[in-house]
Amino acid sequence: MPSALPLGLPAPEDGTLPPAAVDGAAARDFGLYVHIPFCAVRCGYCDFNTYTATELGGGASQDAYADSVLGELALGARVLTSSGLPERALSTVFFGGGTPTLLPASDLGTILRTATSLWGLAPGAEVTTEANPDSVTPESLRTLREAGFTRVSFGMQSAVPHVLAVLDRTHAPSRVPQAVAWAREAGLAVSLDLIYGTPGESLEDWRTTLTTALSYGPDHISAYALIIEEGTRLAARIRRGQVAPIDDDDHADKYALAEQLLTAGGFTWYEVSNWARTPEDRCRHNLAYWRGDDWWGAGPGAHSHVGGTRWWNVKHPRAYAQALEAGRSPAAGREVLSDTDRSVEDVMLRARLRDGLGTDRLTPAGRTAVAGLIADGLIEPAAAFAGSVVLTFRGRLLADAVVRRLLPD
Amino acid sequence: MSPMARTAPVPAATDPAIIRNFCIIAHIDHGKSTLADRMLQLTGAVEQRDMKAQYLDRMDIERERGITIKSQAVRLPWEVDGTSYALNMIDTPGHVDFTYEVSRSLAACEGALLLVDAAQGIEAQTLANLYLAMENNLTIIPVLNKIDLPAAQPEKYAAELAGLIGGDPEDVLQVSGKTGVGVEALLDKIVQELPAPTGDPDAPARAMIFDSVYDTYRGVVTYVRVVDGNLRPRERIQMMSTRASHELLEIGVSSPEPKPSKGLGVGEVGYLITGVKDVRQSKVGDTVTTLVKPAAESLGGYEDPKPMVFSGLYPLDGTDYPVLRDALAKFTLNDAALVYEPETSAALGFGFRVGFLGLLHLEITRERLEREYNLDLISTAPNVEYQVTLEDRTVLLVTNPSEYPGGKIAEVREPMVSATILAPSEFVGAIMELCQQRRGVLGGMDYLSEDRVEIRYRLPLAEIVFDFFDLLKSKTRGYGSLDWKADGDQVSDLVKVDILLQGDQVDAFSAITHRDKAYAYGVMMTGKLRELIPRQQFEVPIQAAIGARIIARESIRAIRKDVLAKCYGGDITRKRKLLEKQKEGKKRMKMVGRVEVPQEAFIAALSSDESKDKARK
Ligand SMILES: Nc1nc2c(ncn2[C@@H]2O[C@H](COP(=O)(O)OP(=O)(O)O)[C@@H](O)[C@H]2O)c(=O)[nH]1
Ligand SMILES: C[S@@+](CC[C@H](N)C(=O)[O-])C[C@H]1O[C@@H](n2cnc3c(N)ncnc32)[C@H](O)[C@@H]1O
Ligand code: SF4
Ligand SMILES: [Mg+2]
Repeated sequence: MPSALPLGLPAPEDGTLPPAAVDGAAARDFGLYVHIPFCAVRCGYCDFNTYTATELGGGASQDAYADSVLGELALGARVLTSSGLPERALSTVFFGGGTPTLLPASDLGTILRTATSLWGLAPGAEVTTEANPDSVTPESLRTLREAGFTRVSFGMQSAVPHVLAVLDRTHAPSRVPQAVAWAREAGLAVSLDLIYGTPGESLEDWRTTLTTALSYGPDHISAYALIIEEGTRLAARIRRGQVAPIDDDDHADKYALAEQLLTAGGFTWYEVSNWARTPEDRCRHNLAYWRGDDWWGAGPGAHSHVGGTRWWNVKHPRAYAQALEAGRSPAAGREVLSDTDRSVEDVMLRARLRDGLGTDRLTPAGRTAVAGLIADGLIEPAAAFAGSVVLTFRGRLLADAVVRRLLPD
Repeated sequence: MSPMARTAPVPAATDPAIIRNFCIIAHIDHGKSTLADRMLQLTGAVEQRDMKAQYLDRMDIERERGITIKSQAVRLPWEVDGTSYALNMIDTPGHVDFTYEVSRSLAACEGALLLVDAAQGIEAQTLANLYLAMENNLTIIPVLNKIDLPAAQPEKYAAELAGLIGGDPEDVLQVSGKTGVGVEALLDKIVQELPAPTGDPDAPARAMIFDSVYDTYRGVVTYVRVVDGNLRPRERIQMMSTRASHELLEIGVSSPEPKPSKGLGVGEVGYLITGVKDVRQSKVGDTVTTLVKPAAESLGGYEDPKPMVFSGLYPLDGTDYPVLRDALAKFTLNDAALVYEPETSAALGFGFRVGFLGLLHLEITRERLEREYNLDLISTAPNVEYQVTLEDRTVLLVTNPSEYPGGKIAEVREPMVSATILAPSEFVGAIMELCQQRRGVLGGMDYLSEDRVEIRYRLPLAEIVFDFFDLLKSKTRGYGSLDWKADGDQVSDLVKVDILLQGDQVDAFSAITHRDKAYAYGVMMTGKLRELIPRQQFEVPIQAAIGARIIARESIRAIRKDVLAKCYGGDITRKRKLLEKQKEGKKRMKMVGRVEVPQEAFIAALSSDESKDKARK
């Protein structure tokens, strides 16, 4: 979760959802996101809602954290039922951070078990946790698998020591293949997160990272262009001239290299920044975000969405724990999307997917823009003729511009 | 030392012998307004408790910029040797853009204070105005101001002034408008040295208009100096240039607040109100007479104001066009020199081509339009008026490069100026180099003192309207000063340079330049645009061309990445807000063909930023 909260309407204390949230719910998948807001150290580029032990000071201990989450899950089950939503088993569960694996694996297991007892797990449900390579052991991974986790996503970021150093990553590069092997032994599917375009990273460095990641045999790879977020330490270092600024052309070259090497390595893109070995290896939890499904987001700063109502929790772990202790919803604000908002989001999110965006989801003005996008080589002609907008390789690099052109009004 | 006058002479019944009409010639910031404040205080014209700084600079804009644009006339009582005198202080604009107004103010006076900052010495514009005053046979009282300043060099500059106007350095008065030192002696000297006005009280009335100001409540307020006869309230007056007649609703003097009087007699200075709503009906320089007993001959010297510099004014937001139109209509009520007509630009939409007296006039007008009407304006690069003769002998006046005819041109004439530059002599080389680059022809050079020179050049006006003054300032470390006046025209080898974006001509960027400078303009503008226009989804060639011939080219590389590829998790709200922000940014773009050009790029490329600084100096 990015750390700044949006400005929205106040959320009701009891968390009740508006009636419209129920419409069509039975046809939508339901998922759970659990935010774990702790990290051992804060990486210089990161603006996610996460805290180190020193940043937290007293008052919101990691030991008591699982209990707070359990409280929110119970509240969630009540709210959904009392708001009139049908019973739906969880299709996907995702533990993100922060560093979820900083909590004892047994805590993560307890949270998952409680969620399962409240909602049930759908057959073949995907249960993922993010993990830093140096925060797992063979035992912890085995415990996770036994508790019902199916998938682990490691923040590898780079294979090159000087790049890891600029990113303030603490793990030894050799730790990644070990962690992957342990996860495999435990029976977990593996994804690797990579970052490209770090200041000082050469194209060759990036090639090394890609080939190294491929050599570990993951099922899934996310490759993100480094974003310099305002207020981060890295942003300050760049402003002061201590670190070189990032460069869009460099990013474009590296994205091209990623596409080339990952494709050659047997992967296929299914979202602008995501590649999977087979369609079954795609991250279904993330796909649910992009397709407008429903999910409950538990934890400080977590975002939820149910049938056109989006809400988000208070950011700080202490405020979060206090709300739950007092029996209040930890929601800080929410927005009830208009029909226009919903179709704008549909276009914005689905246009980035390989499965594409049905042209029937566009306004008439948006449909008119399609021809121009074909002419400019930004979307696949054949797919467009068949009624769907699918980005070409060039279109993926210019996806935001494509989205703006599809939303001219 | 003279006391404040016990009884002030009454308007309409004042013997010309006790009237003294004078103005103050000074460069901007040499302290005219401050000195005027002291005079208002010492003569009791303004009560101590009502006194505020820069009292006479009424208009907002003047107070902020410290520039006196409109003349004012103030009647001050002053007693010398037991006689009460009426001193009329006529405030003149100090800037070269307003030379004509200055000359009319001078014509209303018998004397002038030559006010010079004792730490700076005389400046070129002051010299020009001094020259005008001497041409009008005014008696000059040289005054060094700011003698309280530690950096003041009264001896040096007294010698300089004496050298210029003749006389003894000892006779140069030394004052401080700030502390008031020497100001009473100065008032005495005005009475003693300046001649009283003369005129025929029994002749048909003749009064010269030296200023004309629009007031929302009262209509046009006209400032006059009576030369012969007299004017009375309720009388019908006549403007001699147009023979238009109006009833005199009110007549009076400023002291300094307007005070109605029983009339104005020979030598007196005051204001008239007739109810007309447009300063064009009451023009500076015109002669006022009465309808019943009209004068046979006007006082002469009247000229229509002639705009010298033209610029397109466009609202950033096209829907503001009607606001701009109404604002300009209002402005012309108060500014006889402002001329405008509607114009359209393919790139900028609907706007107006506006003629100004000079760059300062342009900048002041634009700033006031923006502030008083809450407008955001783009002003295109300032232009002069070219006279283009086609091969079939038809003559076109071109004030907008986009109207420049293509082909079949027999001859083009461009306006010329004669410029006077004053600077410390060490900069002579740099100044001559600059003027040479600007196609100047040296007219002469004189040493004002051992280390200060006056250099005279004849230059094309077009060469000095853009950045000349900035360059002069920077090449003379701020010491150079410039004055110029129109000086006919000349045939020149001029061409129009067009700028093309992706093959489409952008009218707003076209320029008329000397053939030798076309290339430099092309390189400069294409380079500037390359920096200012963001990368697009395709490569954008930028070309400069004379007709079909490309003389410079640049290109903007296609953008290759425009996507945020990061894991935002479930925070879709943030993503949508980001998209909305991006779309907001796109709305502020103008489409030139398929190229999105940010409005800021137009402003920066056409920017008269340089000229702004120039106006402010
Ligand atoms: N030290 C000093 N400063 C002065 C004097 N007269 C004016 N100034 C300052 O010089 C600046 C310009 O004065 P102002 O009267 O506005 O000049 P104007 O532009 O000629 O009307 C202001 O900052 C005044 O305060 C003076 O006699 N002594
Ligand atoms: C929720 S984060 C953190 C997961 C885990 N704590 C870690 O760092 O490995 C998920 C991923 O987002 C990516 N990420 C974080 N900050 C980023 C930034 N400023 N620019 C691009 N990607 C970023 C990293 O690849 C990271 O692995
Ligand atoms: S470990 Fe992950 S979540 Fe924690 S600070 Fe680093 S990037 Fe952010
Ligand atoms: Mg002033």
